[in-house]
Amino acid sequence: MSTLSLTERTLQLPRLHPKLFLLVATILWWALYQSLSPASEALVAALPVDRNSALGGALQFFLYDTPKVLLLLTAVVFVMGMINSYFTPERTRALLAGKTEGLANVMAASLGIVTPFCSCSAVPLFIGFVQAGVPLGVTFSFLISAPMVNEVALALLFGLFGWKIALLYMGLGLTVAIVAGWVIGRLKMEPYLEDWVRDMPRVQATAGGDAFTLVERIEGGFASVREIVGKVWPYILAGIAIGAAIHGWVPEDFMASIMGKEAWWSVPLAVLIGVPMYTNAAGIIPIVQALLAKGAALGTVLAFMMSVIALSLPEMIILRKVLKVRLIATFAVVVATGILIVGYVFNAVL
Amino acid sequence: MDIKVLGTGCANCKNTIALIEQIALAKGVPVTLSKVEELREIMGYGVMSTPGVVIDGKVVHAGGIPSRGKVEQWLSV
Repeated sequence: MSTLSLTERTLQLPRLHPKLFLLVATILWWALYQSLSPASEALVAALPVDRNSALGGALQFFLYDTPKVLLLLTAVVFVMGMINSYFTPERTRALLAGKTEGLANVMAASLGIVTPFCSCSAVPLFIGFVQAGVPLGVTFSFLISAPMVNEVALALLFGLFGWKIALLYMGLGLTVAIVAGWVIGRLKMEPYLEDWVRDMPRVQATAGGDAFTLVERIEGGFASVREIVGKVWPYILAGIAIGAAIHGWVPEDFMASIMGKEAWWSVPLAVLIGVPMYTNAAGIIPIVQALLAKGAALGTVLAFMMSVIALSLPEMIILRKVLKVRLIATFAVVVATGILIVGYVFNAVL
Repeated sequence: MDIKVLGTGCANCKNTIALIEQIALAKGVPVTLSKVEELREIMGYGVMSTPGVVIDGKVVHAGGIPSRGKVEQWLSV
């Protein structure tokens, strides 16, 4: 060990002393995070720009928000990457198999948050659940919550709007997933699964022996960061840049006329616009922040976000392979209704 | 070595194939690489998250792009 250089030893830290690494990383992250606001102000002060001008305002927004959002995202994705290693799809399935509805919907929606999920896995996962005897409604609760209540959205909401809004989004998202899944279960739509899916052999759901070491979980966290942050950062940069421009140049209350509380049609419109848009909540959220600052109603904005993610046209096209049109339509209508209610209630309450 | 990559065709699946191809080439290991996109066949392996990797009939990986280290391990045998 003494033959390793300092650089080599630092790089090996996660592998050799995983707990120490986690502690040091947390402290460093926190220190960086706290220095962002003063650092961005100092940077803008050093540039030949008037801080109170539109450009100055936009610049400070951009310089503060970009590293802040990236830092938050990295932290959340890393932690989730580690948590994911405790919850494989096989394990989730074993936990849900054969449980009665109601409670199972709540479990499924909650597990949707911590189980790793890629939208192209939606179909194999769906079939796997059906094979193991997980009730249809319960499977839907999982499928609605998994992409919608995801760590990227939560990290960004937390970073840009504070923990209350992030928590609210999570709570409402779970509620929509639980209730929508339960409703679909009540509708007894099993006949609307494609025939070949129902003919698939029954499978015994076993949890599988995945005993990862802490080091492997940390490496899982790193892999998650590389994969997700690596894919999403250009969208975030673009989103924040646009948000900064809106922040600096668009007059206050401009959005109130279009997306404000008085415009009753704004919520359904927001839900509709969200349908053809494909995941990537990452880039949209910073824009959403600037819109909110200019008077758009929170309920409308949340409805839009949920719709973008939960009602994605591409995912529904993929699901067409396993679900008959009537079931997909039912799914879309139930979820859309749930999101609409969330939007209206929010606008009325806040 | 017969390697099958299971996936319905999203970016992760394509990247997995590219990764395996690249490492196999670099190591000079002869492999028959094929893609399985037919859902029925994918489910036949009992895989619930794609991309999945099957080597000589056995599932060695499911879910997300496999790490470089993992792929090199498979190709070192």
